[in-house]
Amino acid sequence: MSATFETVAGIISETCDIPREKITPQSHAIDDLGIDSLAFLDIAFAIDKAFGIKLPLEQWTQEVNEGKAPAEQYFVLENLCKRIDDLVAAKAA
Amino acid sequence: MRLEYFDMIDKVESFDPANKRITARSTVPATSPVFEGHFPGHPLVPGVLLTETMAQASGYLLLGLNGLTQMPFLMMVDKARFRTFVEPNAVLDVSAELVHEGSGYAATKAKIAIAGKPICDAELRFRLMPFPADMRTLMQARIAAIGLSPEAA
Repeated sequence: MSATFETVAGIISETCDIPREKITPQSHAIDDLGIDSLAFLDIAFAIDKAFGIKLPLEQWTQEVNEGKAPAEQYFVLENLCKRIDDLVAAKAA
Repeated sequence: MRLEYFDMIDKVESFDPANKRITARSTVPATSPVFEGHFPGHPLVPGVLLTETMAQASGYLLLGLNGLTQMPFLMMVDKARFRTFVEPNAVLDVSAELVHEGSGYAATKAKIAIAGKPICDAELRFRLMPFPADMRTLMQARIAAIGLSPEAA
């Protein structure tokens, strides 16, 4: 598993008090882990700080709400980690 | 300050958009129904109201920076420390700075001092949401009353 996933899983475990072993790359943050929108902002803050990025949560939420993107695209952890890696790479470029 | 109406900020002393910082001043009233319970014969400003004061300074900072495009709602209080009692008639110097601007949320550090002496401090986080009906008008009136000039209100 990627270093990004390990960091994200650790953040989610600590922030939401979810046992680390329950968090897998295939976990859906909302459907599987039961993370609500407020808790997700808490996670976003920790991710922003850990990776030096700004997760575009408002844009993602709008896309999901308007049916332009499936929620899985952003909230399944392996997909979320891919987005994080892309944002980190874009920042470094 | 009008504690029972949650009017915690009397006047904005400075608003610095470049450094994302605000300072404000508030005077604790001599009397308030709050003091009848907290505590009888020994009036002290409750820590939750000092937290609210820091949150309001932070909220006005965020409104000033975003030009009243989104309403900040307090969502988290971290590392709050209350170092000294605050009594009636105390003059509070309240300050707040933006430490992180996320997507749909923001984080601040805020503190209160009296005559240069630290009273309390906290790290606060706010959810930024569309204004509920009429609240923008209310906030416009409020920031005018306390002397805040937003960047693009």
